[in-house]
Amino acid sequence: MNDGPVDRLFLIHYGEIGLKGENREFFERKLQAGLQRALAPWKGVSVERRHGRLYILNAPDPDAALRRLQRVFGVVAVSPAVRVPLDLEAIQEAATRLLEEARADAPAVPLTFKVKARRTNKAFHPDSMELGRVLGAHLLRTVPDLRVDVHDPAVTLEVEIRENAYLYYRSVPGPGGLPLGASGKALLLLSGGIDSPVAGWMAMRRGLEIECVHFYTPPFTGPRSVEKVEDLCRQLATWGGRIRLHLARFSDVQKAIWEESPEDLRVILMRRFMMRVASEIARQQGAAALVTGENLGQVASQTVESLTVIEAAASLIVLRPLLTWDKAEIIRKAREIETYDISIRPYEDCCTLFVPRHPRTRPELAEVEQAEAKLPVQALVRGCLEQTESTVLKPPEWT
Amino acid sequence: MQAYLDNAATTPVLPEVADLMRDIMVNNYGNPSSLHRLGLEAEKLLDRARERLAAVLGCTPPEVIFTSGGTEANALAIRGAAWARHAEGRHLITTRIEHPSVLQTCRMLEQEGWEVTYLDVDATGTVNLAQLERALRPTTVLVTIHYVNNEVGTVQPISTIAGILGTGRRRPWLHVDAVQALGKLPVAVAELGADLISLSAHKVHGPKGTGALYARRGIRLRPLLAGGEQEFGLRAGTENVAGIAGFGLAAELAERSRPAAAEHMRRLKAEMSTRLMAEVPGCRVNGPPPDQGAPHILNLRLPGIRGETMVHYLEERGVYVSTTSACASRRHPVSHVLLALGLSEEEAACSIRISLSRLNTMEEVAYAIGQIRQGAAELGRFGGR
Repeated sequence: MNDGPVDRLFLIHYGEIGLKGENREFFERKLQAGLQRALAPWKGVSVERRHGRLYILNAPDPDAALRRLQRVFGVVAVSPAVRVPLDLEAIQEAATRLLEEARADAPAVPLTFKVKARRTNKAFHPDSMELGRVLGAHLLRTVPDLRVDVHDPAVTLEVEIRENAYLYYRSVPGPGGLPLGASGKALLLLSGGIDSPVAGWMAMRRGLEIECVHFYTPPFTGPRSVEKVEDLCRQLATWGGRIRLHLARFSDVQKAIWEESPEDLRVILMRRFMMRVASEIARQQGAAALVTGENLGQVASQTVESLTVIEAAASLIVLRPLLTWDKAEIIRKAREIETYDISIRPYEDCCTLFVPRHPRTRPELAEVEQAEAKLPVQALVRGCLEQTESTVLKPPEWT
Repeated sequence: MQAYLDNAATTPVLPEVADLMRDIMVNNYGNPSSLHRLGLEAEKLLDRARERLAAVLGCTPPEVIFTSGGTEANALAIRGAAWARHAEGRHLITTRIEHPSVLQTCRMLEQEGWEVTYLDVDATGTVNLAQLERALRPTTVLVTIHYVNNEVGTVQPISTIAGILGTGRRRPWLHVDAVQALGKLPVAVAELGADLISLSAHKVHGPKGTGALYARRGIRLRPLLAGGEQEFGLRAGTENVAGIAGFGLAAELAERSRPAAAEHMRRLKAEMSTRLMAEVPGCRVNGPPPDQGAPHILNLRLPGIRGETMVHYLEERGVYVSTTSACASRRHPVSHVLLALGLSEEEAACSIRISLSRLNTMEEVAYAIGQIRQGAAELGRFGGR
């Protein structure tokens, strides 16, 4: 990777963090940590932070590294760049080398280009305008079949003059958002369905570190539905490093509800118990919020009235990133983050079982509480917590 | 305690079979088609396995074609026969309760222009012979009927069916999927009167990925795979030498132990059905009465308890059974076989299959009975879930 005086590196562009004023340092450190996690498998690779910039150096497998960097929240774009000393001749050589690469990638003849120079280090001369002109002329001399087009170039060579000179012509988009952990930690209620992994991803993108809880109900569900949820966690972990999954055995709660409660309230009661158990797990894990895949009006338990009654059982704020999304939008996002194919595996999760024929769409808190009065709520919650095991899932080997 | 009672799905490989296979994979790795000594050694292993299968079937070794399993044997028999005889006619007869590898192959042929008659069965799963006679046409080139149903254990009257088809030169060929019969019922060619017989290794404590098709001498099939002269030109591709040798041994052992093994399994099955019907309220047997039918398959209906729920309940206690045939149970919640027997969807959804092997013991069966009884008591309240 080291071509003598020329360093190959990745330049990380981050947008929103830049706006955060005095918190900037905090966010940059979080982003740096995220980048380091993503690159952890490689020895010798380093994440350098200087002058409000992040650079990745010594990545042994640039293509693989690039793919990983594209999954780090907070990254707006990544540019494979070269770094050279502040010396016009070195800058010219690097420019020629990059344009030759661009030339090889794009067979169009002639290749249109422009040079866009920026100079934050005013000690260097010539200035931006002049540097652009000098480099343009140099490139036209040294690289065949080039033509300048300042309005709609196929290739824009960016040159940044800082403590060194950085040159790049290519940027690949990252996921944007805020660095993982910058907004704290939340607990995601992860079913085996399509919505909840997407909700988790959206929360992660806004800087929330995620732990997951999954409620499973043997023997009404089998080991494959747990495996499915573990695979969803592994996939979500490709965006953050690793994910702790709490597997809560919910059968006793389910049975008690089944035996003691009116059929049309079962789903609401189930969800309320999940909120209670999840709130407790969140508290133990230091998570400040719950995240669900709930979506307004998609199924009967997701009316405003139902959500109100369900939320009343939670002791933490419940975030619903997908609340107003259309199903088609959710599916599109699920495909994009590659959880969709896992979610559609045909094993039932505990929400699709036990569903009454005519669930109530407009329950009232009073009647729900009345139904719950017949149940040993605290004992059931405690029992469920005692039957909860947690495991840490890592991303599958990335290709 | 653990009780593996899903032997119609697959069986554990016998240690002596696994030892033989390992030895072959490590030491006799030659390609049977190679000219040198290692090739010859491998070829001899194939010959030996073919002789063992021929002895089981009571046929000559060249009538045995090794395949990748029961599914491929069925496909080769059905597609191979249909294509070989397509000039004589394009009509096939089968039953509604065949294994999906037969039914789906028939569906594919329908899309390619063949006509297929699907025979009904009665509540025991036995094929309607009068309907078979009526369905026969001059253009019928193949009748494919399994010997033992994989879900409920019905034994079809194969030799009677062979008699109906007659001996004429232009009569339809009779293909019998005997995958579930090997090691439990006699599969001798002379007894069955079949032209084509499918077998699979992994149902008789042999390896997965190996099976065989018996094709009576004089029958010319069209191969499914091209590109080699292996298996008399009927199955191109380097032979799975270790698997085939393992199959040979497993089949020989299964056939040698068959009379005693069948008796043993029948005893276990009787214990199971008698006690469960007596001790579990509402428990019923699907398909043939337990004393009829194959000795190793028992299909039970437990009212109000979904099959999968009972499967998961039992697996947590070390007892392994299944809902319907393992290949189909995840996609299609309700068994086409049970529906064809006249069960309602609800009844079919509340059924489990228990399937035995000669390795199961009375202790295992007693343990399983206890767990099923307890499961029925615990789960019966949750109304069909």
